[in-house]
Amino acid sequence: MPLLDIRNLSVEFATRSGTFRAVDGVDLHVEEGEVLGIVGESGSGKSVTSLAVMGLIGHNGRIVADRMEFAGTDLRSLSPRQRRRLTGKDVAMVFQEPMSSLNPCFTVGFQIMETLKVHEGLDRAQRRRRAIELLDQVGIPDPESRLSAFPHQLSGGMSQRVMIAMAIACSPRLLIADEPTTALDVTIQKQILDLLVSLQRDRGMALVLITHDMGVVAETAHRVAVMYAGQVVETRPARALFEAPRHPYTGALLDALPERALGRRRLPTIPGVVPGIADRPPGCVFNPRCPKAQADCRMGPIPMFPDETGAARCLHPLRQVGGQAA
Amino acid sequence: MTGTAMDMRQGPGSGTETASPVVLEARDLKRYYSIRRGMFAADATVKAVDGVSFALRAGSTLAVVGESGCGKSTLARVVTLIDEPTSGEMRFDGRLAAEFDGRTLRRKVQMIFQNPYGSLNPRKKVGQILEEPLEINTSLSKAERRERAHVIMAKVGMRPDQYDRYPHMFSGGQRQRIAIARALMLNPEVVVADEPVSALDVSIQAQVLNLMMDLQEEFKLAYLFISHDLSVVRHIAEDVLVMYLGKPVEHGPKETIFARARHPYTRTLLAATPRVAFEDKPQIPPPKGELPSPLNPPPGCAYHRRCPFATERCATEVPPLRPVDGRLVACHYAEQMA
Amino acid sequence: MSATDDIEMMASPAKAAPPSPLRTFWWSFAENKGAVAGLLVIVVIAILAIFADWIAPHSPTEQFRDFRLLPPFWADGGTLRFPLGTDDIGRDILSRLIHGARLSMAIGLIVVTLALGMGIVLGLVAGFYRGWIDVAIMRLMDMMLALPSLLLAIVVVAILGPGLSNAMFAVSIVVLPHYARLTRAAVISELGKDYVVASRVSGAGTLRLMFSTILPNCMAPLIVQATLGFSTAILDAAALGFLGLGAQPPTPEWGTMLASAREFVTRAWWVVTFPGIAILVTVLAFNLMGDGLRDALDPKLKR
Repeated sequence: MPLLDIRNLSVEFATRSGTFRAVDGVDLHVEEGEVLGIVGESGSGKSVTSLAVMGLIGHNGRIVADRMEFAGTDLRSLSPRQRRRLTGKDVAMVFQEPMSSLNPCFTVGFQIMETLKVHEGLDRAQRRRRAIELLDQVGIPDPESRLSAFPHQLSGGMSQRVMIAMAIACSPRLLIADEPTTALDVTIQKQILDLLVSLQRDRGMALVLITHDMGVVAETAHRVAVMYAGQVVETRPARALFEAPRHPYTGALLDALPERALGRRRLPTIPGVVPGIADRPPGCVFNPRCPKAQADCRMGPIPMFPDETGAARCLHPLRQVGGQAA
Repeated sequence: MTGTAMDMRQGPGSGTETASPVVLEARDLKRYYSIRRGMFAADATVKAVDGVSFALRAGSTLAVVGESGCGKSTLARVVTLIDEPTSGEMRFDGRLAAEFDGRTLRRKVQMIFQNPYGSLNPRKKVGQILEEPLEINTSLSKAERRERAHVIMAKVGMRPDQYDRYPHMFSGGQRQRIAIARALMLNPEVVVADEPVSALDVSIQAQVLNLMMDLQEEFKLAYLFISHDLSVVRHIAEDVLVMYLGKPVEHGPKETIFARARHPYTRTLLAATPRVAFEDKPQIPPPKGELPSPLNPPPGCAYHRRCPFATERCATEVPPLRPVDGRLVACHYAEQMA
Repeated sequence: MSATDDIEMMASPAKAAPPSPLRTFWWSFAENKGAVAGLLVIVVIAILAIFADWIAPHSPTEQFRDFRLLPPFWADGGTLRFPLGTDDIGRDILSRLIHGARLSMAIGLIVVTLALGMGIVLGLVAGFYRGWIDVAIMRLMDMMLALPSLLLAIVVVAILGPGLSNAMFAVSIVVLPHYARLTRAAVISELGKDYVVASRVSGAGTLRLMFSTILPNCMAPLIVQATLGFSTAILDAAALGFLGLGAQPPTPEWGTMLASAREFVTRAWWVVTFPGIAILVTVLAFNLMGDGLRDALDPKLKR
């Protein structure tokens, strides 16, 4: 049984110009101890998906799903109280902006111990010992003196380490990291990714890594889900996805990377823009921008077609090996 | 020392077309800030840019690479004449910056910013944004300015009817086009691009990079391309200048540096850049710790506390920038870096 | 040219272009019912003020000696000729109130314009140059804020002598620090933005940067403050009038009307009640509209 099992999840927001479907029929499952990468450009619905899992969608959002289970517990039927007990303990999250995710009014130690108090019920001395232990685990030098530091005294990388320490404080079984390194420099990004992966490996925890950076996903994730306009368009093991993408969107996205330009000066681009609220096309959501689109792509919803390594939401998938879209 | 460095840069060692003229030459640029540290402490000096030299040729791109706090944004402000350098000189077309009058100089350097949401005045229409540089620096009539704006808009792929729109009506990629168009209005020789694509999605990033390369070809622009993304740099630049804590640590033709970096910091940067390729990834761990405070830089080589190869010599002796294997590098042990 | 394949990309979002800023502003403003009510009241008062000569049944200063202290028409002894009654020397209260609206609106407008103008210049200079100029200006503003506002206004009027124009000047001096501080704060936060640097790279001079580049982006909080300032101005001017330091009788100014009717409070309630209600309603309307404007213009509160 998968640790997290989501079937046909949709999230809609009521806006002035109509209902906006940010997430549209997403199926996701995360196995115990797995690193799942969710990649997509801005507006693809990747963050909203994770917020829906955490129960953090605002009052103007509406969540519909056929199934939403965490370790056999139906997330949809939980009372807010039960939900809070689950999130933060068994499911934890790390956000993009480490500097604004910490409360500037309280010390780092207070905030970590607060988490421990709420979920673990340890006494004062135990909490302190545990907090020092956690800071040490996330690679913060001199953890004892850092307990009394305020967030503004920490750099971005250090703040993100503290956030990770708080997230793993209650030994979660699933950690969702939403763009955890986007605000950081490359070398610090590397440090944080290495930390996340080693924590994941040592604790056997599942990790969902949400990012727009294909390189980060390629280097970290076991399995990848590519999102476009609220849908998962392709999912397969990382290596298979990056070496032989099947969905034309994945292919085009990879081709647009300067790293893959292979000596050509001009980079291949994707014509058109991501559809908005008003101009969502019928059929495949990618069809107006797709070089391989045919008449049948414009009719009816396209399901995920399973293949040898994964699945792609495409009627005419790319077949070649090597990842270069023709 | 700088003299020899410059000679080398202009010599046949440089990988670019030697035919195109040098439009901007910077020698030993320094920009220091003093920071007040309260009533009783002495003022501290931050050496934001500390001795940077380079030559920029028409139609070529020099990428300045480094992490936040390395001084690349300060360098951009100095080169775009927003900040005065503390010392050092800049020559445009071989003449010292001071020899030009303000307007002429202004027209030579323009800038593209990282965040296209912040760099366009939200209260002005596209037309007004584009024409502002002309209004200030030229005596063109209103009709002439408008015509020029339309020509440049067409060059960056915008429709004429977008002239009367406000920036908030455009997406990030489109805004970056507007920002590029504005930079081109005065027909500059040098364009400083401060992380122009790092706020954009991958597919939009490719469009903007293509546009920048096309415009470079057409107008023989020289780009000072500031970026932290080495895969973008590898794609667009001819020369690379790696900075660490205000100082250049490695500077040379792109192929030379990417083929074999000679400075340990460049090597870790290269290894830390995430890539989608699964083969031949250098397995070098990221540097230990974080960037030291620029208020209190370490003695000797600024990188020595994070460097796996550091010796006692690195802690005491500042490594000079010296030519090694077709590039300039500031490391005592550059020859040993395999 | 590269443009060809990308033209399409630029063309498509034209349909889905976001609504104009004015429209989104009106949407969020109209959501606040109180603000719309305030706006309606203000429009009515403004119409009354502009067309006072035609709307008012009588001249505000004409004395009907035979009809002194007549109650409103619904009370015993009232007549529809003087709907809201007359005062101690037989002037029609309704007419005086309508003409008073003209004065109050003018006071609000002039005071806010003066204070806004001076405040913007001081705030721009302080925020733009920082350093000792900033310190000098802002400490002066702090000193002005440290004095109770009415007291300061009285001091200014005492120096300049009583009268409506001096009272208006006094009130604008008193409210000036709010505008200066607000402008300075907005200027400092805008100065750090890239579009200002972009303007510098274009070669923009100091004046251009201050007034053309930065100022329009600082207007939102100032508009809100100006609307709320309208009511403060009307209240303060009325208070000065009540103390005999503002508009002088027989000018039909609401505060002055209150003051001269003071001795009849027990005998003829209407002479004090109606000017009081007029002040209350106007001030309330401006405050409601100001709150609505703040909600609509302040991006921090926007959904």
